[in-house]
Amino acid sequence: MNDLVNETTLVELSTLAALPFEPDKSKATLDALNEVLALVGQMQSLDVSNVRPLAHPLERHQTLRADSVTETIDPSALSQNAPLYEAGLYFVPKVIE
Amino acid sequence: MTIPAGWQIDIGLEIHAQLNTQSKIFSGASTLFGQSPNSQACAIDLGMPGVLPSVNAEVFKKAVQFGLSIGAMINQESRFDRKNYFYPDLPKGYQITQMDHPIVLGGEITIQTSNGTEKIIRVTRAHLEEDAGKSIHDFKPGYTGIDLNRAGTPLLEIVSEPDIKNAEEAVAYAKAIHQLLTYLEVCDGNMAEGSLRFDANISVRRQDAEALGTRSEIKNLNSFRFLEQAIHFETERQISVLEAGGTLIQDTRLFDPDRHETRSMRSKETATDYRYFPEPDLLPVMLTAEFIEEIQAQLPELPGKRAQRYQTAHELSASDAALLSQDRRLGDYFDEVLTFSGNAKSAANWVRGDLLSKLNEHELGITVCPISPKHLGEMIQLIDQGVISGKIAKAVFAALWSKQTESAGDYVQKNQLEQVSDASAIEPLIDALIAENPKQAADLRAGKDKLLGFFVGKVMQATKGKANPKQVNDLIRQKLSEP
Repeated sequence: MNDLVNETTLVELSTLAALPFEPDKSKATLDALNEVLALVGQMQSLDVSNVRPLAHPLERHQTLRADSVTETIDPSALSQNAPLYEAGLYFVPKVIE
Repeated sequence: MTIPAGWQIDIGLEIHAQLNTQSKIFSGASTLFGQSPNSQACAIDLGMPGVLPSVNAEVFKKAVQFGLSIGAMINQESRFDRKNYFYPDLPKGYQITQMDHPIVLGGEITIQTSNGTEKIIRVTRAHLEEDAGKSIHDFKPGYTGIDLNRAGTPLLEIVSEPDIKNAEEAVAYAKAIHQLLTYLEVCDGNMAEGSLRFDANISVRRQDAEALGTRSEIKNLNSFRFLEQAIHFETERQISVLEAGGTLIQDTRLFDPDRHETRSMRSKETATDYRYFPEPDLLPVMLTAEFIEEIQAQLPELPGKRAQRYQTAHELSASDAALLSQDRRLGDYFDEVLTFSGNAKSAANWVRGDLLSKLNEHELGITVCPISPKHLGEMIQLIDQGVISGKIAKAVFAALWSKQTESAGDYVQKNQLEQVSDASAIEPLIDALIAENPKQAADLRAGKDKLLGFFVGKVMQATKGKANPKQVNDLIRQKLSEP
């Protein structure tokens, strides 16, 4: 079986997922990923042309709520797990696009 | 800017419109603008663990209103997806949006081009999504401040086909969308507060080329002027690269209005892979046919139709019709004045002239106008019935504006402002004037028609504006033609 994910793709995937790339674990991760993908490949051989794609496991529709303000907000409580919070703002290391 | 010979431009716009709901699209937090930082962001907006989104019905109503107004197809079933990316002002790490099953498909907007002809711009789709928070870069050195009040504000993203061929058409299209959204009252249209923002997809190609060129996307333009400037700078840049024998790469760019340039943010090679997938926390939304039909039935008469009615049924000029139909409430006001006065041309003149200039002078909107349409209509009727002259009407208008009176009729009666139409009261005045100004009288007799105004003016002055100018005109002519 051809491996679908190689080390280059793995590095790219870890960047996209914002997960650190650990070279010493790369072989184990690659094997695991390719095993999962092989299973996906097997599933893709099924004929599903007559099956409606599943949007959600529950065969129901979303309930909508009325447009009204229901939340009372306590910024000081919500900010408790923020590493840096000043003058009502959350602070993160400088990001400029 | 004129497009250099041999080149053509293709532009598609993505317009993000904030829908003016009370609460957010997926939470019951308030959408009020200008509040203290992070005072409008609840646990759902902050992406706290264990919370679930709940969908605001009003955003669907507003999206359907827009869709029906542009003749689009409304998808009864629409779905939400996750668009994943990392940025500090997006606390969940994904934006909930609609990728494959948007609420609105197709539709079109008609714009006026600079040569006066009409052009149709096709709308590809419009979908619902949530806005992100705001990053504040200059508050604390070395840090970026995050205000999440805006996070979760409902957005309708309206995507056009690349039918736009120059900056002027892009601005006309953006203005048409702005007008429609505010007319429908689904978006407040306040550009300074970011209620409407544009992304422009721009490419250039040789006049004879069939395929579209390599495009750049200019992000986050927040005024019509910046939209126009960004298109000028970007098309110039692309054409100069190609004319110098270079190649363009597909990229995303930022417009810098101070430096008059667009700057690359990221190219296609490094483009974010958004890894869209169906939002597992939300079921598909199914709108009933009755829901859509009810919205259709309640849609107001749209600006284009309204302007057409003013021109055909009421014989207003194109400019009057356009002005009076650009704002829904102004049009409603005018319609009521028309009902009470029965005189479209005169109603248009008073609304467009005296009323709008007073409103502008006091920075008031039509909805808080101190003069009710009924009272203005009645005043116009008094002019048409010959009860007051146009000149006296100005004074009556001022009294209505300053709330000295509610009724034009009462005010006229109380202050004895009725027009003097009794010829026997005016004739002696004219006789005296002719006697006092023999030279002018002789010149007028000899055909110097300009002097008629001189005599009419004197009579109006003597009667304190209460004479009927037309009648005065006739009487003067009659007197002078007497042997």
